[in-house]
Amino acid sequence: MNFPTSNRIALTTRAVLRSILAVCSLLFLFALRAAGQEPPYFVTYSSALEEPGNLEISLKSTQASPANGNAFLGSVLELEYGVKGWWTTEFYLDGQTTRNDSTLFTGFRWENRFRPLLREHFINPVLYVEYENTNTADRSLLEIVGHDSVADLAIPNSAARREIEREMELKLILGSNVHGWNFSENFIAEKALNESEPWEFGYALGASRPLRLDSSGKSCFLCRENFAAGAELYGGLGTTEGFGWKATSQYLGPTVSFGIPRGPTIFLSPQFGLNDNSAKVLFRLSVSFEVQQVGNIFRRKNQ
Amino acid sequence: MNATTVNRVPRQARIPGGARRAPARRVERLRAALCFVALLICMAAADGSWLRSVPPDYHSKANPLAGQPAAIAGGEVLFADRCAKCHGKDALGRGKRPSLRSERVQSQATEGDIFWLLKNGNLRRGMPTWSAMPEPSRWQIIAYVKSLGPESASAPGKKPRQEKSK
Repeated sequence: MNFPTSNRIALTTRAVLRSILAVCSLLFLFALRAAGQEPPYFVTYSSALEEPGNLEISLKSTQASPANGNAFLGSVLELEYGVKGWWTTEFYLDGQTTRNDSTLFTGFRWENRFRPLLREHFINPVLYVEYENTNTADRSLLEIVGHDSVADLAIPNSAARREIEREMELKLILGSNVHGWNFSENFIAEKALNESEPWEFGYALGASRPLRLDSSGKSCFLCRENFAAGAELYGGLGTTEGFGWKATSQYLGPTVSFGIPRGPTIFLSPQFGLNDNSAKVLFRLSVSFEVQQVGNIFRRKNQ
Repeated sequence: MNATTVNRVPRQARIPGGARRAPARRVERLRAALCFVALLICMAAADGSWLRSVPPDYHSKANPLAGQPAAIAGGEVLFADRCAKCHGKDALGRGKRPSLRSERVQSQATEGDIFWLLKNGNLRRGMPTWSAMPEPSRWQIIAYVKSLGPESASAPGKKPRQEKSK
């Protein structure tokens, strides 16, 4: 049966989304386990790496209604695996839905994080290297760099999906843990590999703390120890041809995480645009599942 | 014809039978030496070398929550959530992950030593850092692990795994 091209794309997208949903439902059933010690950030990376052998599966979404464009929902499926104590690798699949427009798969990313210092220090550096192959219809907003602006979010999907960006992204992640508080700072440099564009820069800062520092010893649902709260600030820093935070987006917002006992962890954050180049508000939601020692699933029990 | 062409003689033709065995012996010796070094590294790992890295101020740290029933109960919940998958629900080790009820952990290592290990991890050997976990939680886990006692107190018939990887 011959479908028009647009229908075929829509059917393929739906099939992909259904498959992702099915996989996640299965994981939810079998991997009833809270996520690790990750602070409640959406854009900022902390120096905490995935525990070796653990696989974390996250679904992240970003919703916004920019004044000059249609409302959209950007979605990311993240698969994060702890290869070694000092090395974490992560794969992302991005997609989005725009109201009065379309739903589409926008690309993939693959990143690796390395911890060069094997002991804990007051400031712990982590090096981040990412290759991304996405089109400009991507709405995940996992980082803001260069002169990213709210005007980019108003481009119709039919036009935006034609422009493919192959980029290398480098981050210097600094993290500190002091008296239960986590402070994380990210410095981002991004370079397009398929276009002669200048280096683009960005930053992300986060601070957070669990609402209770010890465990009550009870398996309770709404205990303070299951929650963490904090704030996140991030934005662009221009390019090598024009450095600074003018003519780029900047966002600030509170973040909260809720670790459901023996279940997934839910992250929630409204993030507010700080200038005219930003969307007024981004609503972010994430659900994380952690499969501990994923290799054990394939080994004999009672080992 | 240049010098390179002149020297291009098949290797086997250049080396007579006896001389050809000499490099093979050298390779064998090198292999044996590498095995010996690997064995030494394994022995160093098996004797809990991380203990020697603990600074004196951590070694002498006492657990402020030691022996408190509420802390032990809290530690039990945290242990089940964060540690049991690798070290086993009974802390007797799992796969290559070591027992936490060994003589080394229960008697030789002080509470401060374990606190240092939880903070720094042993990243080369697969033990992650738990520095993002608040200090009171880490002390609760230590209180719980120490409350389990040595392996002889465990159920008979279940042999603990020897500590090798930490």
